[in-house]
Amino acid sequence: MMAMIQALFLRDIRLARRVGGGATLGVVFFLILITIMPFAIGPDLVLLARIGPAVLWIAALLATLLGLDRLFQSDCDDGSLDALRASDLPLEVIVLVKCLAHWMMTGLPLVVAAPAFGVMLGLEPDALWGVTVSLLAGTPALTCLGAIGAALTVSLRRGGLLLAILILPFSIPVLIFGVSAAEAASGGTIPFATPFLILCALSLMALVLAPLAGAQALRQMDE
Amino acid sequence: MLKFANPTNFLRLVALVLPWLTGLTLVLFAVGLYMTFFIAPADYQQGESVRIMYLHVPAAWLSLFIYGTMAMAALGTLVWRHPLADAAQKAAAPLGAGFTFICLVTGSLWGKPMWGTWWVWDARLTSVLILFLIYLGLMALWQTIEDMGRAARAAALLTLVGVINLPIIKFSVDWWNTLHQPASVFRMGGPTIHVSMLVPLLVMALAATFLFLTLHLMAIRNEILHRRLRRLSMLAAQTESETLS
Amino acid sequence: MQFHSLLTMGIFENLWGILLADASSHAFGPALGLSVHDLGVMRGARSVLAGLSFDVTAGEALIVAGPNGAGKSTLLRSLAGLLPLCAGHITLSGVGAPDEDGDIDHARYVHYLGHKDGLKSALTAAENLNFWAAMMARDSSLGLFANKALTSTEALARMGLAHALDVPVAYLSAGQTRRVALARLLVAHRPIWLLDEPTTALDTASQLRVRDIMCAHLGEGGIVIAATHTELGLSSARELNLRPLTSGASS
Repeated sequence: MMAMIQALFLRDIRLARRVGGGATLGVVFFLILITIMPFAIGPDLVLLARIGPAVLWIAALLATLLGLDRLFQSDCDDGSLDALRASDLPLEVIVLVKCLAHWMMTGLPLVVAAPAFGVMLGLEPDALWGVTVSLLAGTPALTCLGAIGAALTVSLRRGGLLLAILILPFSIPVLIFGVSAAEAASGGTIPFATPFLILCALSLMALVLAPLAGAQALRQMDE
Repeated sequence: MLKFANPTNFLRLVALVLPWLTGLTLVLFAVGLYMTFFIAPADYQQGESVRIMYLHVPAAWLSLFIYGTMAMAALGTLVWRHPLADAAQKAAAPLGAGFTFICLVTGSLWGKPMWGTWWVWDARLTSVLILFLIYLGLMALWQTIEDMGRAARAAALLTLVGVINLPIIKFSVDWWNTLHQPASVFRMGGPTIHVSMLVPLLVMALAATFLFLTLHLMAIRNEILHRRLRRLSMLAAQTESETLS
Repeated sequence: MQFHSLLTMGIFENLWGILLADASSHAFGPALGLSVHDLGVMRGARSVLAGLSFDVTAGEALIVAGPNGAGKSTLLRSLAGLLPLCAGHITLSGVGAPDEDGDIDHARYVHYLGHKDGLKSALTAAENLNFWAAMMARDSSLGLFANKALTSTEALARMGLAHALDVPVAYLSAGQTRRVALARLLVAHRPIWLLDEPTTALDTASQLRVRDIMCAHLGEGGIVIAATHTELGLSSARELNLRPLTSGASS
């Protein structure tokens, strides 16, 4: 069982590095989103520093969701999914492993890049730290929720937009507590731990919900 | 129960029930609107504009009730794979979006004299707005997936995921709201509402519920007939191509 | 009503399974066999297969024939456990032990090769096959066939592609890609092969290779069920002719 999980995980990582542009594409998109913000808002560093955590979180949300539509679709298109379903791994585990691999190649690079981009928005060290830790705790939830959308839209040729429409409302709680935790880290009326622990809880719940709902969706959609 | 689940029996039942249901809805609305405008008192603070409540609150109630109905139908789709459940789901989504929209618009109209602006990011309004977005997403899903059965199963799954997520969304929006603006906006005191207001409100809520039931049954009927028509034309195309070849 | 009868049927089936499991643990165990009883499958509101019954036993090949739209692919997909059955049941005997419900999950004992190859074009032939070998590998305690798998290199050599080991699949021709996909059958051993048009895009020499590996599989006591329009050259194959169902669904 562990050997299968490892094989699947490594295959997805390898594929992401060879075809998806790997970790760089998501980070570049993230950077572009950060770059266009001052053009819309103005180069006022004080203002940017104040809304910086929110900007970083929205950029991370979009960068995560927009890259997810091919998560299951490529396996469905080339027939891999049919064969995967005949393996001894339950489809729920397959979904979970694919989410994990996807997060390693998109979510984690965003977390790593966040401090650098935060500096560009004039964030203080406290806020930088808060944003990074909250992204680390929250992006798995975004990937998992997005995976449900990816499974539901697996049969659609251009499912990316629909995926965002379906899943963005469900990701609002993650956004709320992610930004709250990031802002609480740089001083505020509430302690950092309160929103942060709820954020962790949301991530854990998504980690349970996504494999169940995603696997069910794949079974239903692949008929 | 299973006897009525057969679409043909269901259509017969709908034909039987629909006139009565329509009549009941009209009577309830007549009574409810009369009470709203002539019996219910104007609020000493809010004046006549409080009468919007008699439309706003039933719409808010239905926006959730319809989601519940849709979730039940979703179970029917996933567990029993019944075509009637598919039709019930599909018919409920636009109605839910419609009532939620009415709730938002009346809330906004009510808010203008109360808060001085058309829109505030009040916890209640914001949650309803997100519910509206979820309804729109479900409708988009129905429109995008061509295969009916597949669309029904996708919508069913998303609806059920929503059942888990809606309380979380409500909770987080409340939390967010108290964080960003201390409670200063108008809150409708639940049990303190006076009987002279409560009775019209209940009648209007009942009227709106029956309106939904009537519209829902009509929409399910249309959906079933629509599918039959499609199947017949598909069959016709099939036999035609067979005679040609 | 149908739902109820299915439920009760399921219960009886499980009882039988438990009884059989007890019986077989004392004997040498029954021979490999796949038996399909009164199978019915719907696609959307349309009934594609109905009332289909057949048995296949060890060493036997079944060729599924019929015009387009007769349900050949649907049959193979439902045998692979990818489609839900709306009627009937599929029983597998002679492999492993039934689980506590008395059922054997037949999907775990099949190789399903559909129209699509199940290969990643960005990975090399060897990487693809190694992945499938790892994913489809069976615990040796479970089946009779656990230790008969070939390595990726051996499997590719059997398909005449030894030179393509480290070539990304994207650079291979359609026929070569199909042969890599067929090599998947060899890197992990499963007793039942479900092949949908296995010889698409293959030249004559490759078709002979496919016949060879199928014959070897049958010789080891495996089962091959293939849907095809072309002659596969299997001497002992039985044929199952499917006809399209023309009547619409009753509702």
